[in-house]
Amino acid sequence: MSYSFPLGTAQLQALPSGALYWAEKSLLVVSDLHFGKSDRLARRGGALLPPYETRATLMKLDHDLTTTAARRVICLGDSFDDLTAAGEMVEEDSLWLTRLMAGRDWTWIEGNHDAGPLALGGTHLAVLRVGAVTFRHIATAEIYEISGHYHPKARLPGRTAPCFLMDAARVIMPAYGAYTGGLYCDHPDLQALMQPRALAVLTGPTCLARPMR
Amino acid sequence: MHLPPTLSAWFDAQGWSLHPHQLAMLDRAQDPATLLIAPTGGGKTLAGFLPSLAELAVGYQGLHTLYISPLKALTADIRRNLRRPVEGANLPIRIEDRTGDTSYTQRRRQRADPPHILLTTPESLALLLTYPDAAKVFAGLQRVIIDEIHALAESKRGDQLMLQLARLEAIAPGLRRIGLSATVEDPPALARFLSPKAQVLLADPGPDPDIQMLVPPMPPPWAGGGGKYAIPAILDQVKAHRITLIFHNTRAQAEIFFHNLWLANEDLLPIGIHHGSLAREQRERVEAAMVAGQLRAVVCTGSLDLGLDWGDVDLVIQVGAPKNIKRLVQRIGRANHRYNAPSKALLVPANRFEVVECQAALEAVKAHTLDGEPRGPGPRDVLCQHILATACAGPFGAAALYAEVTTAGPYAALTQPEFDASLDFVATGGYALRAYDRWQRLMIRDGKWTLRDPRAAAVIRQNLGTIIDIETLKVALKGRGAPLGEIEESFAATLTPGDTFLMGGEVVRFSGLRDLTVEVTRDPGRPPKVAVFNGTKFATSTELSDRILRILQQDSWPDLPLHTAQWLTHQREVSRLPHPDRLLVESFPHDGREHLCIYGFAGRNAQQTLGLLVTKEMESMGLDPLGFVATDYATLIWGLQPLQDTALFCKTRLADGLETWLAGNAVMKRTFRNTATIAGLIERNNQGRRTTGRQATFSSDILYDTLRRFDPDHLLLSITRDEAMRGLVDFGRIEALLDRVGPRIDLIRLPRITPLAAPLMLEPGVVPIQGKGRERLASDAARQLLRDAGLG
Repeated sequence: MSYSFPLGTAQLQALPSGALYWAEKSLLVVSDLHFGKSDRLARRGGALLPPYETRATLMKLDHDLTTTAARRVICLGDSFDDLTAAGEMVEEDSLWLTRLMAGRDWTWIEGNHDAGPLALGGTHLAVLRVGAVTFRHIATAEIYEISGHYHPKARLPGRTAPCFLMDAARVIMPAYGAYTGGLYCDHPDLQALMQPRALAVLTGPTCLARPMR
Repeated sequence: MHLPPTLSAWFDAQGWSLHPHQLAMLDRAQDPATLLIAPTGGGKTLAGFLPSLAELAVGYQGLHTLYISPLKALTADIRRNLRRPVEGANLPIRIEDRTGDTSYTQRRRQRADPPHILLTTPESLALLLTYPDAAKVFAGLQRVIIDEIHALAESKRGDQLMLQLARLEAIAPGLRRIGLSATVEDPPALARFLSPKAQVLLADPGPDPDIQMLVPPMPPPWAGGGGKYAIPAILDQVKAHRITLIFHNTRAQAEIFFHNLWLANEDLLPIGIHHGSLAREQRERVEAAMVAGQLRAVVCTGSLDLGLDWGDVDLVIQVGAPKNIKRLVQRIGRANHRYNAPSKALLVPANRFEVVECQAALEAVKAHTLDGEPRGPGPRDVLCQHILATACAGPFGAAALYAEVTTAGPYAALTQPEFDASLDFVATGGYALRAYDRWQRLMIRDGKWTLRDPRAAAVIRQNLGTIIDIETLKVALKGRGAPLGEIEESFAATLTPGDTFLMGGEVVRFSGLRDLTVEVTRDPGRPPKVAVFNGTKFATSTELSDRILRILQQDSWPDLPLHTAQWLTHQREVSRLPHPDRLLVESFPHDGREHLCIYGFAGRNAQQTLGLLVTKEMESMGLDPLGFVATDYATLIWGLQPLQDTALFCKTRLADGLETWLAGNAVMKRTFRNTATIAGLIERNNQGRRTTGRQATFSSDILYDTLRRFDPDHLLLSITRDEAMRGLVDFGRIEALLDRVGPRIDLIRLPRITPLAAPLMLEPGVVPIQGKGRERLASDAARQLLRDAGLG
């Protein structure tokens, strides 16, 4: 079950998967997909992790696009673990991604892991404005801003999960990628960004909201 | 073989005469492998070294004997003890030790110019063998002595060591092996573990121990551990003896006990503490004070189960149920290290259930029954690590390595396909999706397997070893930096500045976290919050559980303290006592929740699994279970609805549940984490950086879930499953229980909590059920938090 909330005049929905849906604009937002993470670790001579995180993430994205029928998609940065990973995506996965992109207005926001152009099509931007809302990778002091980067997570009795952080001015999105860790929402960096009455909305079978602090 | 004359003369001058089994070791000096089983104090270690001393007396060039001990502390002790006769008899023998504590320069020098006798641990040996010069260092090796092999054989450290011996024997053919062991239940099995060619040599076991239960005037508490109630009685015993060892089953209990002991120690008897979470300097100080005779008692854990020869220990006190008869007997052997003198020991039950278990243990020791579960074939995660370590030393051929590892006892039955799958995992990740063609870890070059990136060797070396520690952080005094010990990271995360906890028996106050070190100040005034250490949870053995059930069936209990006998009588009046051939299940309401208590006496791990399986069935029956707690004797479940019939206690039904349940549960995830770490999928260390939760690494649970979803036949999942079934899941004991009781399951409905169930309410370690009931509570809690914050 999703969690609905306003940001300025925009009426938004936090989905249980960690995506954000803006129905009025038929817009789906996901952040920090980190495609190709296992590949990058292997290249560096480290452990050979199960090479399935890209398809796990695609499967989730496919499902969200099907259920929302979104016509527009914004990936809020760190979509690929690095630029080499973007180049080395296996054919099956890259076809799948192309199929998801087909017929949709698709924007890749630059992240700190994957700054620079991609061969995959879509629009590439550092910042995007839709109505009064600004989309970028790392949060600033701007009002009505949606960002990612921090991979916030939070606890409730019986559950620890990636979470959305939200207050009257901004939303910080959870990481959508399968192999992503997180920063607990009591971390000083996150505390400094959010207003005193900010909420943490946990992803999971149903979205659960709790005070961030 | 005979002793060198100067050594015989030195023994004579000391007034020592050799024991028959020590002489027998000289007679068997040419045998390829000997397992010596002798009681503590029987001069076992010297017996192991005599053939080496005799051979080295005539002069030798290079490394002759490798001595391996499970404990670092032991190697330093043995070096001191061995130097006395060597120097006394003026033998041309150089002896050195090498452990994780040995300095970098010393270790480098040892590889260039090894001593005649090198004393080390399995982990340090593993590291030595990963260097390309290993073949040169060990080329002339004649003998390997493995001390306390009974302890090593119970864990993956032993499996790893046997693979290393196979490696050594390939480098130095004709190598002779000696295993030294305390009393075990199955000597031939241990001999096969040591070597297919090993012969057993049994020394005279010595007189029976003098062992009793200590019954203080105040009855033990209903639940929990620690034995605080018995402190006055224990202090009286310490006063009446020269040196007492006070054993506890966990580090946390040892800490709390030690703290309380000092609060009551009005005579200021010198008493120290020793356990694995204390800093090395702390432990060494205690050991030195012990050797110098400055201490009257040491509160300790398994860290003193082995080794150190303290002749003056005349009493061993075991606080808490021993769980395992063999371990108890070995612990008792720590008292009176003099040969042919009876050891004296006292058992202190920590709660009412344990009174019965202690009584059962006393009877078992008197009857000379030992227990022990046979170990399965050598675990394949250890094999994976061995293959990776072998690749660090240099290129290897697959056929030669397979032939080599099957000479190791635990891997004698390893099949070619099993070996191939392990090699494939190490080289490519072993995934159904061939993903890493270009980035394989191992590649074939010139027909031999070799590391793709030789720089990876450094990280692999840092991640060797089969001991998986729970993540810990160092604790140090603020400003002075001297480490006091370690605490679990998860415990550290719960601390806020000002909180107090126990460390090394003193109360310290948390002031902050700096560079992965917990900074504290001394704060003796306050009551402490308690540090949670990673205590090993041993399950009560089958043999002990059977004896407990037989005791419960007695008409009366003249051998038990009155308070315990009354407790059992009361249970018999209001409900029933568990019976060896029946399964007692009590159902009652308490504190607004429905409770179900299953007295399986199957040991902690199996009772835990039973709890998980039964609650899963209850969840699907709509009974909304909320949580459970398991002990060695019983499982207590609470929830919103009562259970009406016993149909779910059916082996096939539970086994079906097991298959689906095994998939997603926490025990499997924890087992997977250990297996994946040993096999090299998860790195503990990377170039000195510790990977911690703070650095936003993702948990091994995600890897586990991903593999289950996309690659369910992966090698690591199959290893995890095998392991969990044997160890933490222990489903075998549930099957044995259900086979034994058949249809004789007694579900009794009672109006209120029973005497036997009440103590379980106080047990720590509750397992929450992630079901509909919990989801409802989580959303209630979220709503409440919002309301409290004025946001709802």
